[in-house]
Amino acid sequence: MVSFQPSEEQQLIRDTVAAFAGEQVRPLAHEADESGTVPSSIIEQGWELGLVQSAIPEAYGGAGDTRSAITGALVAEELAWGDLSIALHLLAPRLVIYPLLDAGTAEQQARVLNAYTGAHFAAGSAAVMEPRFDFDLAELTATATRQNGGYVLNGAKCYVPLGSDAEHLVVYARTDGGTGYEGVNGFLIEKGTPGLTVVEREKNMGIKALATYELSLENCRVPAANRLGGDAGCNFAKLMNYSRVGLAAMAVGVARAAFEYARDYAKDRKAFGVAIGQKQAIAFMLAEMALEIDATRLLAWEAAWKLDRGEDATREAYLAKNYAANMVLKVTDNAVQVLGGHGYIREHPVEMWLRNGRGFATFEGLVMI
Amino acid sequence: MIDFELSQEIVNSRNMIHMVAEQGMRPISREYDEREHEKPWDFLNMMWSASQTANPVTFGEGRKKEKEGPSIRNLQSAVTIEELSWGDAGLYLSIPNPGLGGAAVSAAGTTEQKQRFLARFKGGEPKWGAMAITEPGCGSDSAAITTTAVRDGDQWVINGTKIFVTSGLMAAEKSDGFVVVWATVDKSAGRGGIKAFVVERGTPGMTVTKVEHKMGIRASDTAMIVFEDCRIPIDNLLGSAEVKKGTEGFKGVMATFDATRPAVAASAIGIGRAAVDFVREVLDKEGIKIRYGIAPKKLTTLERDFMDMEAHLQAARLLTWRASWMMDQGMHNNLEASMSKAKAGLAVTQVTQKAVELLGPLGYSRKCLLEKWMRDAKINDIFEGTQQINLMIIARRILGYSSKELN
Repeated sequence: MVSFQPSEEQQLIRDTVAAFAGEQVRPLAHEADESGTVPSSIIEQGWELGLVQSAIPEAYGGAGDTRSAITGALVAEELAWGDLSIALHLLAPRLVIYPLLDAGTAEQQARVLNAYTGAHFAAGSAAVMEPRFDFDLAELTATATRQNGGYVLNGAKCYVPLGSDAEHLVVYARTDGGTGYEGVNGFLIEKGTPGLTVVEREKNMGIKALATYELSLENCRVPAANRLGGDAGCNFAKLMNYSRVGLAAMAVGVARAAFEYARDYAKDRKAFGVAIGQKQAIAFMLAEMALEIDATRLLAWEAAWKLDRGEDATREAYLAKNYAANMVLKVTDNAVQVLGGHGYIREHPVEMWLRNGRGFATFEGLVMI
Repeated sequence: MIDFELSQEIVNSRNMIHMVAEQGMRPISREYDEREHEKPWDFLNMMWSASQTANPVTFGEGRKKEKEGPSIRNLQSAVTIEELSWGDAGLYLSIPNPGLGGAAVSAAGTTEQKQRFLARFKGGEPKWGAMAITEPGCGSDSAAITTTAVRDGDQWVINGTKIFVTSGLMAAEKSDGFVVVWATVDKSAGRGGIKAFVVERGTPGMTVTKVEHKMGIRASDTAMIVFEDCRIPIDNLLGSAEVKKGTEGFKGVMATFDATRPAVAASAIGIGRAAVDFVREVLDKEGIKIRYGIAPKKLTTLERDFMDMEAHLQAARLLTWRASWMMDQGMHNNLEASMSKAKAGLAVTQVTQKAVELLGPLGYSRKCLLEKWMRDAKINDIFEGTQQINLMIIARRILGYSSKELN
């Protein structure tokens, strides 16, 4: 039965996260961007909401909530509406939790998951992207070679959120002779494993508050037991679909933040004797922004819904993510334009949202829902 | 619970309608595009008799009344209209039914009026309803209409000229139908003076003076109707005769659009899907794969264009389903209806234009239907509120402006 109404539980979660994002996160966004740091207090507060880790089964000390990509999309949108850097930081542990829930062996789940059920935030992350202009999820160049009953990993990774603090990293690499998505496996690497080096904290155009790292893998030895899913491996394509939908939802959040700010500004700012929102040139921009934000949200929801039904959502997730990346760029750019010169000044947040929004075409695998 | 799965009832009816579209419409599509102003009577009679047993194809069902249970009528309409328009949008628009006139009667009429005007769609010969708003001197600015209705005893006397009346010829002269005419009872009252009147077919003083030659949807007649001292009974006025201050009465009539805009969007989407399906078929035949999942910058231009077409079409469809679903829930959907119409009209215009480009000589040739779909698609960016009018409505809603503050 077609419905566009979140369940009561989903609405409750959405409202809770929206309140947190509005009251706690948003007021910190500017300073976090300027200083390049996410205050640990906000992460602790977010952790206390319990939403990041709620899907961990009771057997491993978690709440055992049913995992839903639609709920995940709702949460991701609201958090990103508050601030993208803080949202990605807070959700980073899911980069370990969800692949383990999805593909991990019972032993792997038992070994790792309870590190993320404590009272305090625990950093976990994943290394998906690679530092080259033609980076392509379908053609990862990091390799994992079978040797002496284990694996040896080599290659360079980038945009690894919290990469230097993470207790566990899931590193994705191509196994011997593998091609495409099928040839990729995930490897659990613990902090301090020899051969894994933090190259540097990256300096990006946007998401400046989020600590992302370039990592290098040089003959990094990993026991066979750390291959995600054991001999069965993982479904990398599916994992990336979860990520795409999450990113699409976050793009909607960023775009909505920019739209709302521009809308309010347009009602306030006078030119030629009336509010600029009363001029069609501005009003039509805002109308299109509102429409495209809604359209993108529905595309993301539909892809999430397919994931929740256990169906292959590659086409939907891929189209939704690409659509969202274009949309958020256009919407945030328009928001800067509505504010004119003021939009270019860092006292207003719209320029930050444009810088953050541009990233979505580049980002892959930075979030899981 | 957020859900995108159509109920079995809708899926079943969609499957049936798809057969009609594929076997009853596609084969005659080209013929009735070329033979403009001729009627495909076999098809029309078939659709009429089908509507006697099943739900008639209506142009938007209107808001669910509070006392009714959950409804799927508007969503089902959207799915039906998409399917029929996938077959042929011009033929879809020419199907005998209450049409936009019926939508106005449903939205603004009393129970007695609904019975009097709509009961005729069960039984007898095929019939059409139509709506006459646009005039030679005003289109989108429907508050500026100059057609007048003057009270004379127990009659209204209508004078004026209306253009672009969909199925106007069939409704006014060639069947036992009716035309809903928008006219002002008090010019000084502006919008508040505008009322909708039902004029029965063949009423003296109502004459079809012209049937337009159009770029597309040629199977559908688009008429000019002149009203000269056209007298109708008092109780053919839809809603209240009272001229209220401000825009109250006008708003009632405008509410019709909340139901009809998603219906137009659905039709647009049907045409767009026809184009996308055709491009996909050609690419498949040529062995060209669309690679979902590779880095977007590595896509060929062809792949990227094709994916854009798919994504924009789906975005439009979901907005349309949402607007229809809201109406089924009894929710106010003025903003969402305009969003669906603005998006679908533009998206499908662009999708079909791009499809013609992608298929080169095949796309531009009249041997294939694609060029026709591009011509058909464009009207959806125009009628039932142009893209710009819908953006205006969206803008007013999101900014909280009245039509005086933003125009």
